[in-house]
Amino acid sequence: MSVKESFVSPVLKTKLSVENVSMTFKRDGNSTPVLENINLEVGDGEFVCLLGPSGCGKTTLLNAMAGFLSPTSGEIHVGGESVRGPDPRRIFVFQERGVFPWLTVEGNIGFGLFKLPRGEREERIAHYIKMVGLQGFEKAYPPELSGGMKQRLEVARALAVNPDMLFLDEPFGALDSITRLVMRRELLRIWEAERKTIIFVTHDIDEAVQLADRVVVMSARPATIQQIVDIDIPHPRDISSARYLELRDGIFKQIGLAHQV
Amino acid sequence: MNSLAEPRKWEKLFWPLLATGLLLALWHYSVIWTATKIFPSPRDVEKGLAELLLHHVLWGDIRDSLRRVAIGFGAAVFLGIPLGLTLGWYPAANQVVNPVMQILRPISPIAWIPVAIIFFGIGDSAAIFLIFLGAFFPIVVACINGVSNVPSVYRRAGRNFGLTPPQLLAKVVFPAALPQILVGLRIALGIAWLVVVAAEMIAVDSGLGYLVIDSRNSGKRYDLVVAAILLIGVIGLVLDFGFRRLEKIRSVRWGFRNES
Repeated sequence: MSVKESFVSPVLKTKLSVENVSMTFKRDGNSTPVLENINLEVGDGEFVCLLGPSGCGKTTLLNAMAGFLSPTSGEIHVGGESVRGPDPRRIFVFQERGVFPWLTVEGNIGFGLFKLPRGEREERIAHYIKMVGLQGFEKAYPPELSGGMKQRLEVARALAVNPDMLFLDEPFGALDSITRLVMRRELLRIWEAERKTIIFVTHDIDEAVQLADRVVVMSARPATIQQIVDIDIPHPRDISSARYLELRDGIFKQIGLAHQV
Repeated sequence: MNSLAEPRKWEKLFWPLLATGLLLALWHYSVIWTATKIFPSPRDVEKGLAELLLHHVLWGDIRDSLRRVAIGFGAAVFLGIPLGLTLGWYPAANQVVNPVMQILRPISPIAWIPVAIIFFGIGDSAAIFLIFLGAFFPIVVACINGVSNVPSVYRRAGRNFGLTPPQLLAKVVFPAALPQILVGLRIALGIAWLVVVAAEMIAVDSGLGYLVIDSRNSGKRYDLVVAAILLIGVIGLVLDFGFRRLEKIRSVRWGFRNES
């Protein structure tokens, strides 16, 4: 693959824009500010990681982008339209908890395809089963699958409806470290093939630097954007290269952690 | 042998049989030791059972009891599931109906017998109405709880894929709640079988409940009474066993295992 594809180029047209978004949760008469004046533009086909400490509000921001929550103030636009609710063109991938246990692998992948004629639906299901390597498990139910397989199934279900954007909320958080590495590679491979715009929430600095074109570093609550780091390393990334370590260490410092254990 | 050891095949059969045998022996000798003239021994009950079978009334009674349960329970399923799903889906509606239901729910269907007789007279309808009442509330409550316990990730995923609310109910909420609904149905079926016996003692002149009370009233045939009681137990067990097989269906089995 060529280098220029692998990081954001200024000519990319804006897919998603977050304008002055603030969010306050009200509960028992107390109001907790969660997001404060967030501004962000994401290009079409770009892979952006939202990075921040647990509970900082990055998932809240992701939910607002996906249309599950509406911001207290500010606007979110996707492809020029204001976000008013969830939309099949933008699929939210939960940790593997989102797969439907009452449907087979095929049934899950075909879930969003109910409007398609049968033949086309089956074609798509077969295509995405192959893409995520679940051949032989077409008739299996999720409880029979491993965590990594369920996660791939949920990604396949999302991709099958051919969305423009994927929102991934710490999708690999519940997986063991080896499976997590494999899944990162798989996700990059799928992203190379399909070029969806991906917003990926994580609290893992290495994960963010390995995957993203840009890493959005967020502060603790109320979340603000501290810094946006361009990861100008082509894929596949050498995670012991000087540039990788430099970028990673820069983010560690930004968050206020010396990387010594 | 420790409690973790897998019991051997013969043990699985042997110990329950031994316990049953001991119980029968205890019953047998208790009848002899107490020299009771009224309570039958296991042997008498066996003869009584054979007599019932030979006179061909038994099958008719079993059929009548099962038919009443099928209609009463069926009506409770038919009305209770849609109502329960609706109330679970619209919490506001549930808040309106909930107090009334909480008052009606703990009332034993037996208490309704006089009311049932006013409404329906002595006959099948009264018995079926009582069975319906007994089965209806557990089904409604199971559906309400089932729907409100559906994890929000499933609903959100469904909405994300562009489902309309009726589609969301049919394709996400109902299947997600189904294991819990099945548990409610099973409890309701058990109650229906309890109620049919009581209802038949009062409202009708056929069925296993009628057989129990009729055997006592016409000549104090306690051998037949106990035979009928045992039969009621066995049929109840078979119904429950049959219903549990539904839990093995693959699209609901996930809800009945500890591991997910």
